[in-house]
Amino acid sequence: MRCLVAKVGLDGHDRGAHVISRALRDAGFEVIYSGLHRAPEEIVQATVQEDVDVLGISILSGAHDTLVPQILEGLEEYGALEDTLVVTGGIIPDEDRPGLKQAGVAEIFGPGASMNEMIEFIRENAPER
Amino acid sequence: MSQRALVEDLLDGDHRALARVITNIENRRSGYRDLVARLHHHTGTAEVIGVTGSPGSGKSTLVDKLAATYRDRGLTVGVIAIDPSSPFTGGAVLGDRIRMASNIGDMDVFFRSMSARGTLGGLSTATADAVKALDAFGKDRILVETVGAGQNEVDIVRTADTVTVLVPPGSGDDVQMLKAGILEIGDIFVVNKADLPGADRTVQELREMLQYGDGDVPATVGHHAAGDAVSSLDADDDTEADLWEPRVVETVASEGEGIDGLIESFEAHADHLDSTGERERNARARYAAEIRRLLREDVSELVAAELDRRGGLAQFVDDVLDRERDPYTVADSLVEPLADRVDRDRN
Repeated sequence: MRCLVAKVGLDGHDRGAHVISRALRDAGFEVIYSGLHRAPEEIVQATVQEDVDVLGISILSGAHDTLVPQILEGLEEYGALEDTLVVTGGIIPDEDRPGLKQAGVAEIFGPGASMNEMIEFIRENAPER
Repeated sequence: MSQRALVEDLLDGDHRALARVITNIENRRSGYRDLVARLHHHTGTAEVIGVTGSPGSGKSTLVDKLAATYRDRGLTVGVIAIDPSSPFTGGAVLGDRIRMASNIGDMDVFFRSMSARGTLGGLSTATADAVKALDAFGKDRILVETVGAGQNEVDIVRTADTVTVLVPPGSGDDVQMLKAGILEIGDIFVVNKADLPGADRTVQELREMLQYGDGDVPATVGHHAAGDAVSSLDADDDTEADLWEPRVVETVASEGEGIDGLIESFEAHADHLDSTGERERNARARYAAEIRRLLREDVSELVAAELDRRGGLAQFVDDVLDRERDPYTVADSLVEPLADRVDRDRN
């Protein structure tokens, strides 16, 4: 299973993304880490080219309502949205969650979410190819 | 999607199809052989450049700058970056993409990370096949990047027309460079981070070691007169004209310095391959090795199937443990039916 851990926009907090990359690696995933400060189009480019099963977007800047839909639209454009599981994590207020889910995010993991729970969710929900 | 449709989409320039083809190759999904077989006809136009060197020597940064420079010149680029995988879980963190800052959102640079996935023999097959996919897609230049110290990754860089070895300044004394592997695989040596102290010395040591390789004593060493070296070169001129003399190039990849010079060296090597007929000889050797490798894999699969039919390996191991049989006899008895069959079909 291949997974892209992505940091998007002006958000320098990458401890969480590192911890998650490590946990996924130890669970046997191939993890591609995007690095910090990526533009939505870079995340789209990476998701398409790397053909990942899972895209995990870590975002703590508060710009999720702008950046995440841009990524989802880009994936749609390349026909990659239908068979990529998109999850997000970070600081995302409860009232923003329904909107993101409607736009195509499968699950949102906030602070305190357990690694096992997340890995379990990915294993169960990653699209069949 | 059928293999045929997938290949057609790839040839039409669909990025998603190219990505999926490489995934199928990597996973050895059933039917991938048919896929690669269909691609083969469309390959042979890309120039493939291998980039190897120790961790942290600047491979990814150099590849990023090379890709950006090629793009400026109107060429399309494919990159395959290989990182190690965990021998325990099979998991991996593939981090080479982080350095691809110069090619943001440019889909004409197709960058693909691959993990070593434990089996090296398999990796070199997968890499060679992924290169074919990029070649068939129409990429002009393909860069294959892999961590290496001159051992296992040699198989991987053999898929390249030109092999580039990065040597960071201060990477040990000249004896390090005498060690097997490093100097033998490179067509071009890059002393990256050439702005660091010690870079001049590394360049000089590399040049000397490369000259030793020709059986000559470098003019800069010992008390031999420079004139001797020159006359011995003259005498060998006819036979050595066809030999490529590895070049040493200095770069500061993070600043983009020396990239044009490096590309010029790639071109000189490409010209050399064409003018001496070496390109064709290399291609022949590569395909011969590929056929041999596939034969080995196929035969070992046949043997594995035969083993299953006979109830698995465990009982044979029991026999060996109990000293009833030995490993050689077991192997002979397992191969025998295959050998018999081949003999019978032949007669």
